[in-house]
Amino acid sequence: MRTYQKIGEKDTRSGFGEALLELGRNNSNVVALCADLIGSLKMDAFVKEFPNRFFQVGIAEANMIGIAAGLTIGGKIPFTGTFANFSTGRVYDQIRQCVAYSNKNVKICASHAGITLGEDGATHQIMEDIGLMKMLPNMVVINPCDFNQTKAATMAIAEHVGPVYLRFGRPKVPVFIPEDEPFVIGKALQLTEGKDVSIFATGHLVWKALEAVHILKEKGIEAELINIHTIKPLDNEAILNSVAKTHCVVTAEEHMMNGGLGDSIAQLLARKLPTPLEMVAVDDKFGESGTPDELMTKFGLDTVNVVEAVLKVIGRR
Amino acid sequence: MLTNDDLKNIATQVRRDLLRMIHAVNSGHPGGSLGCTDVITCLYFSAMEHDPKFNMDGKDEDIFFLSNGHLSAAWYSVLARSGYFPVSELASFRKLNTRLQGHPTPAEHIPGVRMASGSLGQGMSNAIGTALAKKLNKDTHLVYSLHGDGELQEGQIWEAVMYAAAKKVDNLISIIDCNGKQIDGPVDEVLSLGDLHAKFTAFGWKVLEMNGNNIPEVIDMLKIAKANTCKGQPIVILMKTEMGFGVDFMMGTHKWHGVAPNNQQLADALAQLPVTLGDY
Repeated sequence: MRTYQKIGEKDTRSGFGEALLELGRNNSNVVALCADLIGSLKMDAFVKEFPNRFFQVGIAEANMIGIAAGLTIGGKIPFTGTFANFSTGRVYDQIRQCVAYSNKNVKICASHAGITLGEDGATHQIMEDIGLMKMLPNMVVINPCDFNQTKAATMAIAEHVGPVYLRFGRPKVPVFIPEDEPFVIGKALQLTEGKDVSIFATGHLVWKALEAVHILKEKGIEAELINIHTIKPLDNEAILNSVAKTHCVVTAEEHMMNGGLGDSIAQLLARKLPTPLEMVAVDDKFGESGTPDELMTKFGLDTVNVVEAVLKVIGRR
Repeated sequence: MLTNDDLKNIATQVRRDLLRMIHAVNSGHPGGSLGCTDVITCLYFSAMEHDPKFNMDGKDEDIFFLSNGHLSAAWYSVLARSGYFPVSELASFRKLNTRLQGHPTPAEHIPGVRMASGSLGQGMSNAIGTALAKKLNKDTHLVYSLHGDGELQEGQIWEAVMYAAAKKVDNLISIIDCNGKQIDGPVDEVLSLGDLHAKFTAFGWKVLEMNGNNIPEVIDMLKIAKANTCKGQPIVILMKTEMGFGVDFMMGTHKWHGVAPNNQQLADALAQLPVTLGDY
């Protein structure tokens, strides 16, 4: 199988911006909306090239979601862009009624997700968004791990008919998924093979988990790392197959334990294959100001936390 | 071309339908539904170009959004009487496994309904989106939305009002049902809207007014509204109605907002609304 190693450093949101431009060129039904954050969402190039298919709604996210839902009537494929907090919590009822329940082909694209938003602090650092979105029937939830995967995911969701929540981040992080890696919604991506533990990681934690795999190898532990970019629908088969082999699990994500990827996998395993499980995630607290790296360390979302969780769960096996 | 008398007959039948539907399940919202029956009837039987062979995209058709989704019974009756689905299906309103959910939704694939509504304040944003799609598609048809006056207390409405004027969404006609009543009492007492005419004007809308329970006036004003579209401004019609219109004991009070009539009340109401098209 492929070896995944660092090939550069870029922010995931730039992957979204590049793909949006490409989609604009390939599909005249793709339109974009933004609530006063064009630069942050990397939508500038799309806005410049397709001014007639871009809608600046101002600081009015509820109206943005409603307009996006309305645009689908007439065949448009709207991509909305704002921070993850304002893409979900602020507009939950609008998404629930007009996007999820009405089953509209709206792509809710959310940047600055999680603690790595950094210095702006807890008002902007949403770590509940995966949970909020995955609870909605009809909603697909995707959290890509690097620039290339975010770009590929953005391309893929345009082809999927139905509501999608796409979550990505602010800081520059390692690029390690090759450009030509296929992205299939709902299909997990295995990054390493191993027999001792299954690590299921999403978003920025995938790179941390990959670093952890190398550290564990030096300790004689063979970890199987599987990237779950699609939290809903979950790739049950890939998860159960791996766990049947390793008999212990670590989940890793930049999100609350409640409602996140770990919570979805714990539900699956409790019903189908009860297995010791440890979660690397935020334990029921709000974030705070700091640099992304400082915050990842303070909130227990670093490489060392993945290593520790693996050692702990192997001890429980 | 239907005459005003034809339209009045249809509206009378719609009023019978909705009261019988609400009575049958002992739930629903007769007051506002009766008040808005005339305008919904006039839209579907006169003002709008639309195709009962429903398709979701509604290209080359006028499109209607019921933002105050609790008026579902009136809308369902008008849709059925317009040929979107069998009139007999009205008997399933609010019952288990029905396509006619308490509040409208496309989730059950009922022809004519394109967006869920019920949680208030969202339909104007939806209507703007569809109006923008029509412009992109070079489709010259119009988008209509209907709202309650109490609904205007929702902040999202004003986001939409600001957007439509600022971005010149001029293929949109929004109708506000100014019956002055909401669940807890008169709108002026619950949370006064102030001078709506001045507010919409200040936001940059073309403001029209009509009596929504006078069919000839509704027909004329919808024509005037249409004639004012595509001139750089969205259009709003502030529509005075009487909650409960057509049933004497339901008028002049907010008490019939969300209460079903009992057997005797239904009989008394239907006695005031003769069968015109045949009951479902």
